Amino acid sequence: MKVKSEEIKKLRYFEKTKEKNSKLIKNTDEVEEYHVKLKPHSKWTKKKLEIKDSKPQKVIVKKKNSGKSPISLKNLEKHSRGDGISGKGVKHPLYAAKLQKKELKYRFAQNQAARADILLTENAGYLEVDEDHRTTCITQKEIVKNVDITAATKTFNLNLDFGPYRAKYSKNGRHLLLGSKKGHLAAFDWVTKKLHCEINVMESIHDVSWLHVETMIAAAQKEWLYIYDNTGMELHCMKKMDKILRMEFLPYHFLLAAVNEYGFMSWLDISIGEIAGHYNNHLGRTSVMTHNPYNATICLGNSQGVVSMWSPTVKKPLAKILCHKTPLSAIAVDQKGTYMATTGVDKSLKIWDIRNMDGPLQHYRLRSSAVDLDFSQKDMLAVGLGEVVEIYSDTCTKTADKPYLRHKMAKSICNFKFCPYEDVLGIGNSGGFTSILVPGSGEPNFDAYESNPYQNKAQRKEAEVKALLEKIPADLIALDPFEVVKVDVPTLQDKLEAKTELPHVRRKKIDVKAKRKNKGLTNIARKKIIKDKARKDQIMESIKTRATSNETKDGQKPSKSFGVLDRFVSKPKPNK
Amino acid sequence: MSGLKIKVISRNPEDYLRATKKDIHKIQRNYDPTLHPLEAPREYVRALNAVKLERVFAKPFLGSLDGHSDGVSSLAKHPQRLAVLASGAFDGEIRLWDLASRKCTRNFVAHEGWVRSICFTPDGETFSSVGDDKTIKTWKSEVHDVEDEEPINTLLSMSVVSGISHHRNKPIFATCGENCQLWENTRNEPVKVFKWGVDSLHHVAFNQVETNLLASCASDRSIILYDCRETGPLRKVVLELRSNALAWNPMEAFMFTVANEDYNLYTFDVRKLKQPVNIHLDHTSAVVDLDYAPTGREFVAGSYDKTVRIFETLKGHSRDVYHTKRMQRLTCVKWSLDNKYILSGSDEMNIRMWKARASEKLGVLKPRERTALNYADALKEKFASHPQIKRIARHRHVPKHILNAQKELRTIREKAKRKDANRRVHSKPGAVPHVPERQKHVVKEDE
Repeated sequence: MKVKSEEIKKLRYFEKTKEKNSKLIKNTDEVEEYHVKLKPHSKWTKKKLEIKDSKPQKVIVKKKNSGKSPISLKNLEKHSRGDGISGKGVKHPLYAAKLQKKELKYRFAQNQAARADILLTENAGYLEVDEDHRTTCITQKEIVKNVDITAATKTFNLNLDFGPYRAKYSKNGRHLLLGSKKGHLAAFDWVTKKLHCEINVMESIHDVSWLHVETMIAAAQKEWLYIYDNTGMELHCMKKMDKILRMEFLPYHFLLAAVNEYGFMSWLDISIGEIAGHYNNHLGRTSVMTHNPYNATICLGNSQGVVSMWSPTVKKPLAKILCHKTPLSAIAVDQKGTYMATTGVDKSLKIWDIRNMDGPLQHYRLRSSAVDLDFSQKDMLAVGLGEVVEIYSDTCTKTADKPYLRHKMAKSICNFKFCPYEDVLGIGNSGGFTSILVPGSGEPNFDAYESNPYQNKAQRKEAEVKALLEKIPADLIALDPFEVVKVDVPTLQDKLEAKTELPHVRRKKIDVKAKRKNKGLTNIARKKIIKDKARKDQIMESIKTRATSNETKDGQKPSKSFGVLDRFVSKPKPNK
Repeated sequence: MSGLKIKVISRNPEDYLRATKKDIHKIQRNYDPTLHPLEAPREYVRALNAVKLERVFAKPFLGSLDGHSDGVSSLAKHPQRLAVLASGAFDGEIRLWDLASRKCTRNFVAHEGWVRSICFTPDGETFSSVGDDKTIKTWKSEVHDVEDEEPINTLLSMSVVSGISHHRNKPIFATCGENCQLWENTRNEPVKVFKWGVDSLHHVAFNQVETNLLASCASDRSIILYDCRETGPLRKVVLELRSNALAWNPMEAFMFTVANEDYNLYTFDVRKLKQPVNIHLDHTSAVVDLDYAPTGREFVAGSYDKTVRIFETLKGHSRDVYHTKRMQRLTCVKWSLDNKYILSGSDEMNIRMWKARASEKLGVLKPRERTALNYADALKEKFASHPQIKRIARHRHVPKHILNAQKELRTIREKAKRKDANRRVHSKPGAVPHVPERQKHVVKEDE
C-alpha cells in the first residue's frame, strides 16, 4: 500500500499528461480498431451503448479512415531531439506544468516534421543485383549503360597535365574546384561543365577550398594563402597564413581552418578578415586533417597515430584518441558526427564512435595503406588504395566483408570527395580529375534554405546575407554543440563567491579544493594500521623468541638439577 | 548482367526552377536534422540577433496631442470607441481628441479651477467631469447642434469633489472629496454618503467586474473599500505613505494596485489586505497615476520622476520605461482598450501617445512577417536567461537624473539592509526578526 501511495505522490502533477502521452503513443504505433454494429437509432440502443461505455473492453466503435495516419517509428526517431524532461524534481507545480506543456509542443513539432517526410519528392539511388552476384564487380561502364542520359553525363574524365590534383565540391554540390601541385587552379560548374575560371598561379598549390559562396576560392600556395574570385582575380593574399598544408571551411562559422608545415593551426574569419585563432598544435608536420560537421571541430591526425580535436579558442586539444600505433594516413567523419574512420600506414581501417570517444567499433585490414577517406551523405565510405577506390556501405554499424563498389584507375589518387546531393564521387588524381557514379551515396532531397543546387544569383545573395546574420561566433565551437542550450549548473565555488558578494551573509569557510585522498584512508585509520602492524610484529617476535627459547630449552635440557645451586651452572652461549 | 537494377539521383531542373520570371521561387524543404547541423548555436545566434533587433526597433513614442494651455490634469478613455479621448486641464478646459488623426475635435472651459477628474458613462454617450468649483457636470460626447455644447446636467456638491467613477452598468456614479458619495443620474442629492475618518479622499474607482465594489484613496494614507449596496464602508488598509491613485485589475476582480507616494506600487488582494501581493519598485519619485491593460497582465504607471513605466502584474520590476527630453512630471496615464497604446498627460500641457510594446510594428502584418516575429519571440523566450541576451534585453537608457536617483535609492536600501543585518548580528538571536519586504509597508488594516 505504501508503495502505491508513493507512486501517486510522484505522479501528482503529471497524471493528466501521462494519459495523454499513452494516447499519443498509441496513435503513433498502431491504429486501434474497434468493430461495432450500430443498430438503427433508438433511445434504447443509445442507452445501452452508454452503459457499455463504462466497460472499456467491450466498447466497440467503428473507425474508418478517421484521425491522422500513423507515423513510422523510424521517421519519429530521425526527428527526435532527445527524450525531453520527465518533470521530476521540479519544485513548483506551476513550472512543472509549464515544462510539460513545452514538452508537448516539442513532441508536436517532432510529429509534424516526421509527417512532412511524405512530401519529399526524390528517392535515394540504389544498386541491386541477383543474389548470386556481387555489386563489387559492377563497373562504371555498366552503370552508365543502365542509367538515364543526364545521370550518364555525370561520369567524366578530365585529362590534365599538371600533376596531382586536389578536388573539392561547393556546399551545394554544384561547383567543382581543382588545384594542382603545379599551380593549375580551375573552378567550374561541373553539371553544365561551364568553366568559371582557370589560372596558373605559378606556384605549387597544396590545398584548395570554396568559401561560403561559389564566387570565392581559397588556395593554399607555396608561401601564402590566396583568395580568388570566380573570375580568377586575386582578392586577398593572407600573409598571416603561410606554408599551409590543409584547409577546411566551416560554413556556419565563416571560418577557414588551416594547418601549416610547422604545426601552426589558424582559423581565419573570412567575413571580417581576422584571425580567430592561431597557435601551434605541437604535433609536428601533419597533413591529415578533416572537420567534424556535427560540432565544427577540426580533427588532426599525427605521426604518432593520435587523432586530436581542436577549436580556435582553446589552445589544447579538446580530445585525443590513440587510433593506430603507426602514423595516420587519412581521417573522415560522417555527416552526423557519430563515426570517424581512420587509416594508418599499418594498412588498417578503424571506425570509431567519436561522440562517446569509444572504439574501435570496426577494424578492417586493407590491402595497402589508404591515401584518403571520405564519408558520403548516406554514410558510404570511400577508401583510396593507391590506384583503386573502394566504396563501402554500412561499414560503421556492421562489418562489411566486400566493398559495395570498386573503381580502378591507372593513375594514382590524390584525394576524392563525394558530391553533396548527387550520387557522384569526384576523384582528383595524378592525371586530372575523374567523376564516377556511386548509386545511393547522396542525399536526394536538399533543403533549399541550407544549400540549393538550383539557386540563382538573387537567391545566392540573399542566402549569403542570411548566413552572415547567423554567423556562429568562433568561441561556440566545442565538442558538444548543444552545450549552449544546457542548464548551467554553478559549481560550489561559484555559489560561495556569489554569496560573498551579498551583504552581511557570513560565508562558511569551505575548502573547495578537492582533497587528495591518501590511498583511501584517513589519518586515524592509517595510524591504526601502523599501530596494528607494530603490535603484530611485536607479537610475532615474542612468539618467535618464545619458540627459540623453547627450542633452547628442548635442545639443552639441564641434565641434573642441583636445586638452589643451579645458579652456578655455566650458561650456554646463545645461537646466532 | 541480369537482374541489375540501378537508380541514381537524377533531378529534372524543371521541378526545382520557377517557370517564368514572375513566378515565385520553388523552395524545397527537408527537415532532416543532419542537413541542419549546429542547431543549438545557430538558434542562439538568431536569438541574439532577435533581441538586438528588438532594441533597435524600440521606438515607442508615436506623437503628442498638443492644444491645452495648461497642464493636463486628467484623462478619460471612451468605453466603446478607441479613437476618442477626453482630457481635462488645470485651467478648467476639457478637450476631446480624435486619436486616429491626432486632432482636437472639441474644446470648452468646463470648470473654474482644475478639472479634477473625468469619466464616461458605460454607453459612451455622455461624460461627467468634476472640478474645483464643487460641481459635477455631465456633457454629451458628440455635438450635433449648439445646445449640445452646454452641460446636460449640473450637480452642486456641498463639499469639494476630487474624483469621479461610474458604475459598470447601473446609472450610478461615485465621487470623492471629504467623503465618498454615491449619486444617481436623476437626483440632485447623493444617494449614499460613506464616511470613515476625517481626512479627504482624492481618488475613487469602481470595480468593473465585481460591479458593486469600489475603492478610494484617502489623504490619511489609507485605502478604503466600499460596497455600494451597504450603508457603511467595508475595510481600510493604511500604508506608510499616501496612495495617489488606484486601479482595479480588469480580469481578476479581487486584485487592485495603488500608486504610492513612496515611489512604489502595491498590488493587493481584496481578501487579504494584511500584506500586498506584490510590490513594484523602480520609480525614483512619487507615482502619480496608473492604469491597467485590458488583459490584466500589465499596467502602466506615471510618476513625478518624469517617466512612464510598464509593469507586469506578477513581477516586482518594470518591463519598460518611457521618457522624453521634454516630458515633465506625469499627471495621468491610460492604457488603451485595444491593448496597443499608452496615453500619458503631463505637466507641460501635452498628451503623449506611446506604443504599449516598444518594438511592435504597427499596422497589418503579412503572414511571413508574423511567423518571423513569432519565431523571434519564441527564441527570445527560450534563451531569455542567457547572460548576454538578458543583458541586452534588460538594457534601457534612462536620463541622468533617473540614473543618479536609482543609485541613491540603491545605496539607501543597502544601508538599511546593512543596518538591519548588523543589528541582527549583534543582538540576541531572534530579537531582531527578519521581516519580509512585503510586510514592511502596511501599517494596519481596519474593518
